[in-house]
Amino acid sequence: MPFLNDPVNFISGWMRSLLFGWGLPSGLVTVIIYFIGITVLVMFAMVLDIFLVWVERKVVARFQDRLGPNRIGPFGLIQPFADIIKLVIKEDITPTGADKLLFNLGPVLAIASVIILWAILPISSKIFGVDLNVAVLYLVAAGALGTLSIIVGGWASNNKYALLGAFRMVANMVSYEIPMVVVLLIPTILANSMSVQDITQAQSGMWFAVLSPLALLIFLISAIAELGRSPFDLNEAESEIVAGFHIEYTGMKFGLFYAGELLHAFTFGGFIAVLFFGGYGGFFGLEKLGIFSWLNNSFVQAVVFLAKAMFGYWVIMWIKYSMPRIRIDHMLTFNWKFLTPLSLVVLVNTAVLSKVLSGLPGWGYVLGMFLSNLIIGYITVEILRAYGRKQRKTEAIPSPQRLQN
Amino acid sequence: MQTNWLYIGIFLVIGIIVPIVPLLFSRLVAPRKPNPIKQSTYECGIETVGDSWVQFKAQYYIYALIFLVFDVETVFLFPWALSLKQFPLFVVLEGILFISILVTGLVFAWRRGMLEWA
Repeated sequence: MPFLNDPVNFISGWMRSLLFGWGLPSGLVTVIIYFIGITVLVMFAMVLDIFLVWVERKVVARFQDRLGPNRIGPFGLIQPFADIIKLVIKEDITPTGADKLLFNLGPVLAIASVIILWAILPISSKIFGVDLNVAVLYLVAAGALGTLSIIVGGWASNNKYALLGAFRMVANMVSYEIPMVVVLLIPTILANSMSVQDITQAQSGMWFAVLSPLALLIFLISAIAELGRSPFDLNEAESEIVAGFHIEYTGMKFGLFYAGELLHAFTFGGFIAVLFFGGYGGFFGLEKLGIFSWLNNSFVQAVVFLAKAMFGYWVIMWIKYSMPRIRIDHMLTFNWKFLTPLSLVVLVNTAVLSKVLSGLPGWGYVLGMFLSNLIIGYITVEILRAYGRKQRKTEAIPSPQRLQN
Repeated sequence: MQTNWLYIGIFLVIGIIVPIVPLLFSRLVAPRKPNPIKQSTYECGIETVGDSWVQFKAQYYIYALIFLVFDVETVFLFPWALSLKQFPLFVVLEGILFISILVTGLVFAWRRGMLEWA
């Protein structure tokens, strides 16, 4: 069955021949087929987003020892639809003195910046939007647009809390983006390509999470910072600046910010899966065996990918609901004095070892990479412990200056 | 290659249309009864004092300056990372030289106390 192996190309080939039969020029046919394909992909993402609202509420309820939505539909599954109807029929209030254009642009950008990330998300080896050769850079660029939506929305509200939220988001962006870009170089080096399909294929033998666990850790932290979720939710900070950037947003505009945040988190779970956990593949060579050849099926790969993405999303939720908020100066210090140097060390280590160990057999390469990461991690922890001891000593002995203050 | 970017272009257009649709729909269905009190700025019940768009001291602006330098320079590392496989170890060391210049900048900023909340 060609449809089961390659559904997207099967349908697009059929439609192409149909449209050619009508006598349309080939350029127009391409545009129409792209248009239909993108609409289907985006609709899938939006339906998933509605489902994510339910997942998020159910999981946070479990973390807080509650039941969560359980009244409307089985297990409360219809709850998000009720929420959407409520949000749509709410009155939309624009505060006086707000910058109307930018105020409306904020929520639109919040969703758009996430949706365009789905263009490069490889759901399976045959189901994907487009295989860009600069996908990693595209990921950084589209992520920065999401940050921009928060800054725009916060600034345009003409509200002091919202402005503070926007300022804090800038601080967030200034601190996490360098470690993130540096760490994105590591899958690039290991796969020798920036295309997400190539990165996935390169992990069919061994996940990059094993080759470079430190890179995974840094990417996870900076991804959470980009999402602006707890412990980096300084831009919202309900207890300090009420709701931060979305304080003045009501009705569907607030709903778009909320939906954008959830889908962004899930999409980043997906990118963690792609960059470090082998995406739709990564079965350690199992799929080459005869009895496991069904792992190469497009739909099986899609299920595997979505499961890995959901796991990444779940880890992000887990961190969100178990960590207190970090202070803004601590965040800047943490990112600049800890994550940035560490990410540069990991980058140099990966670059040198990928060259030095390339002559070794497969298991030697993996072991060398993994051990080097362990050693770097151990040294980092030792440096932190020594620093902590020094810090405690200076606090225990009161110096004359400290007493004067 | 061009069709890839055509695809991204169409994706951008649809990505902007998708969030606009519920906003327009909400505009049709939702009630609109504005009044001055409802539209006033929400600041926890206290009346707003002065303008919100004032000049504000962003205490992290030195960070922002260092960030700009780093952000531009890390992009230069991408071509280096992509061509590592083709070139000998020497090229890796050259890249490390470039990174060490970056690190020197970071150490300089650190020693001068620029990475402090002021």
